[in-house]
Amino acid sequence: MRERPLSPHLQVYRWPLSMALSILHRASGVALSVGAIVLVWWLMAVAAGGDQYQRFVDCVGSPLGKLALFGWTLAMMFHLMSGIRHLLWDMGWGFERERSQATGWIVVIGTVVLTALVWLLARGGL
Amino acid sequence: MAEFSLPKNSRITQGKTWRAPAGATNVRTFKVYRWDPDTDANPRTDVYEIDMDTCGPMVLDALIKIKNEIDPTLTFRRSCREGICGSCSMNIDGRNTLACTKALEEIKGEVKIYPLPHMPVVKDLVPDLTHFYAQYASIQPWLKTETPAPSGRERLQSPEDRKKLDGLYECILCASCSTACPSYWWNSDRYLGPAVLLQAYRWIVDSRDEATGERLDQLEDPFRLYRCHTIMNCTNTCPKGLNPAEAIGEIKQLLVERQGA
Repeated sequence: MRERPLSPHLQVYRWPLSMALSILHRASGVALSVGAIVLVWWLMAVAAGGDQYQRFVDCVGSPLGKLALFGWTLAMMFHLMSGIRHLLWDMGWGFERERSQATGWIVVIGTVVLTALVWLLARGGL
Repeated sequence: MAEFSLPKNSRITQGKTWRAPAGATNVRTFKVYRWDPDTDANPRTDVYEIDMDTCGPMVLDALIKIKNEIDPTLTFRRSCREGICGSCSMNIDGRNTLACTKALEEIKGEVKIYPLPHMPVVKDLVPDLTHFYAQYASIQPWLKTETPAPSGRERLQSPEDRKKLDGLYECILCASCSTACPSYWWNSDRYLGPAVLLQAYRWIVDSRDEATGERLDQLEDPFRLYRCHTIMNCTNTCPKGLNPAEAIGEIKQLLVERQGA
């Protein structure tokens, strides 16, 4: 007999919001782990001082550096909000269809608002 | 390890198109997954144009119409046509549900119909559920007791304890939830999946069952239970409106609580 084919999965499944947030939670976690290395670089640059620190400031202050920082802020805020959602589930709260949909949107909106807030504060806009 | 693309023998090609009968004014297009084990061809999607003026309201009505009037080779499971047997579960319009209770009216545009995702296909819309049923058997879905049954009557249960089974006993084991779960897609060899875990919880919370500890022991495993990452696809897709994710959450909580005891 012929080997049975595998039915399509990712190819045909219409993503619910929760599924997208779930994979983004993992992706943002990975991004933050990489970001932690930059944080260590920053601390080492501070300790070394002078030229070393100036080199760090130049890199992070460049357009590409700023873009990366913005991405990390976004990842940080998303992971934070989504992490709280997971903690609530672990406490047994929020599994209902409507409630989990609502908390999903709160995570999305919260991420945008918090990221905007951080950058407005950082740039002295507030 | 997660394999995101389909194996070579599973890639879907374009199939035949069956045009609507001349004179039909209310035509709808159905795109249906086909695979014939008797040929060497890959799976394909056939397109059927159906005259909706002579078709019933549910997706299953359309499938039966295709089989009766257009293409008798189309193969699918169905029985009760009222959402209680769980036979006609499939992927419709991108979500897993029962063809018999899914109204065509709820679907926009072309109606896409595939077998339950990430399963070996027996033929067309019929997936092989052998492994799924074996996993169900592994949680020993029956009342286990040590104490002798009271003489002359059944084991009694208070109305409050009986209420704990609501939202669990209604599961018809259609496998819509398990086959909607990405964790189950990537790890079904070791992860039990939402349907079987909901059933496991159904016996854990049954006040008459006396094997609760043993049942929890069996589930305390990084794969069998803890591959659940609360993706919520199970709860979002259950055609009976049940909540497997919540049942799994309850099991996780019981495991934490008994550690503290």
